[in-house]
Amino acid sequence: MGRFLLGVVRRDLTIAARRRGDWLTALFFFVMVSSLFPLSVGPDPQLLQRIGPGVLWVAATLASLLSLSRLFEDDHRDGSLEQMLLSPSPVVLLVLGKVLAHWLVYGLPLLLVTPLLGIQFNLPGEAIAVLVLGLLLGTPVLSMLGAAGAALTLGLRGGGVLITLLVLPLYVPALIFGAGAVGGVLAGTGAEAHLSLLAAFFLVSFTVAPWIAAASLRVSVG
Amino acid sequence: MDSHPATLFAADELACERGERLLFKGVCFGLSAGELLLVQGGNGQGKTSLLRLLAGLARPDAGEVSWRGQPIARCRDDYHREMAYLGHANGIKDELEPAENLRFSHGLQGRRFDATRALETLQRLGLSRCLDLPCRALSFGQRRRVALAALLLADARLWILDEPLTGLDVHAVALVEALIDEHLRAGGLVVATTHQPLKLAGTPVQPLQLGRAAAPRAGAVEAV
Amino acid sequence: MNLYHYASPTTFYRLAGRVVPWAAWTAGILAACGLYIGFFVAPTDFQQGEAYRIIFIHVPAAWMGMLIYLAMAFWGAIGLAFNARLAFIMMRALAPTGALLTFVALWTGAVWGKPMWGTWWVWDARLTSTLVLLFLYLGTLALWSAIEDTRRSDRAGALLTLIGVVNVPIILFSVVWWNTLHQGSSIGVTHAPRMATVMMAGVLTMTLAAWAYAIAVVLARARRLVLERERKTEWVQKILVQEA
Repeated sequence: MGRFLLGVVRRDLTIAARRRGDWLTALFFFVMVSSLFPLSVGPDPQLLQRIGPGVLWVAATLASLLSLSRLFEDDHRDGSLEQMLLSPSPVVLLVLGKVLAHWLVYGLPLLLVTPLLGIQFNLPGEAIAVLVLGLLLGTPVLSMLGAAGAALTLGLRGGGVLITLLVLPLYVPALIFGAGAVGGVLAGTGAEAHLSLLAAFFLVSFTVAPWIAAASLRVSVG
Repeated sequence: MDSHPATLFAADELACERGERLLFKGVCFGLSAGELLLVQGGNGQGKTSLLRLLAGLARPDAGEVSWRGQPIARCRDDYHREMAYLGHANGIKDELEPAENLRFSHGLQGRRFDATRALETLQRLGLSRCLDLPCRALSFGQRRRVALAALLLADARLWILDEPLTGLDVHAVALVEALIDEHLRAGGLVVATTHQPLKLAGTPVQPLQLGRAAAPRAGAVEAV
Repeated sequence: MNLYHYASPTTFYRLAGRVVPWAAWTAGILAACGLYIGFFVAPTDFQQGEAYRIIFIHVPAAWMGMLIYLAMAFWGAIGLAFNARLAFIMMRALAPTGALLTFVALWTGAVWGKPMWGTWWVWDARLTSTLVLLFLYLGTLALWSAIEDTRRSDRAGALLTLIGVVNVPIILFSVVWWNTLHQGSSIGVTHAPRMATVMMAGVLTMTLAAWAYAIAVVLARARRLVLERERKTEWVQKILVQEA
């Protein structure tokens, strides 16, 4: 079973590598959207520091959601999704494998760029560290919830926008805890409580969402 | 179901609706080792829907499909281990090379990948010159043959083929017919739909007609 | 009790048809009493003046919005587990009413706040969580309208509601958490005034009225859905001919 999971991850990573440039789009989106805010609210460092965590969290969320709508589309179109559903291996593992591969290609680069953007928003080092840590917990959750959304909206017109409508309300706790953690650091009250809650949300999401996503795939393909 | 010895694959009163339309109902058949079920009917009569039901991708609106006497809904994993499905789409990734695609398909079955055997199969199907290319660079017929290679490597007892001959040239058609023949002779079962006539010498063929035309033999269906 | 008997659309159609008028009348009477108590009998609150009276609509609407979402998730789960057509119909029938009541709760919540804060909107825990709940409803409705195939549509909606229902407590918790964090900067939380017994009676009556209203409307909608989905069967054809 572990071999199957690794096989799925490896396949998706190979395909992403050969597609070249796909993963950059989400990254550019993240950087550009974040950079729009100083332009629209003015360069006051205090203000930017206040809104920075929230802006970066929302921008990262939107950037990830952009790419999630296509999580299953390609496989659906060329018939490989059907073949994967016909395999004796559990569909949940398939979903987890794809989510992991997706996060490695689209989520991880965001984390690597975040410190630079954090500096743009005048965030001190400790705040940036908490921001990255929070995103490290939050982006996989988004990938997981997004996978459920992608499975539900497979093949539908307007799927991209629809996924956003479905997933964003479910993702609200991560935004609150994640941005709140950084806020806590800035205010001097500490980020521990927030990060623990975020971790708990992570655990709950990974207990429920993979199964829903697997069931949704069968419903959407069958 | 019917008096054939050891009916391995059977369907009982299958019905399927798509949206408002009833595609077919009352579909019954029993298939034994070495037999081919040929599903015929005009376009839009539900051939692909029937095959997807038989493969276990979709659930029928009525009736039951059984493998070795067990309903497939209940023994899904075991059934899928012994069944291979080839749909309209090839089920292979364009970015990967043929052998890489085969390796992944094998991984899906949870079995160890035998690279030598995969290579031999690809060569047998006339793909020796395409081994280093991503499947995107192959022609439609060549990609279909990669999918057929995956089918062969699956070592499945039951083959469910949706229009296997479409888009293939004369040589490839003969090759596929030979493969099907070989499979049936080895005791395998095949369910296939095709627009073109399938030339199989001396193979027991059960026809199944969907739609308004008269239905001979077992596999009678209510005209819808 | 043979459950499968009640799971038959014909039986449901008949029984529901008998319940609807009763529920409607009950709702009407209870609402009249409740509103009377709320707007005429209950005393003026010394803190919030007359404006607080909107809670007699806001609180029942908010509770029902929440409750109906849970009911949707319940029926969705039953539908998935037993492949029961009627369960899916109940789930679909509940959604529009739930969305409407949540919207009413949102709107009345804002109206409640206006005299106190001077603005139509403030980001307090109550209004924010109601807003998120409304988004969840709208998402489900949007998903249903995007999928044409009934069977896929039912199941997809049920799965979405299930994931929603697990998230709802977390969302509520996080919104309250968020709100208490930002207490200093926010203008004020809409506390319900200390309830005199009369006020409680009023709110309770209105809540029961909301229940009865929901039952009436949802069952009526469910009956309509049953007719729609089973329209190819004989018994429905007979009914449609009769009504023509």
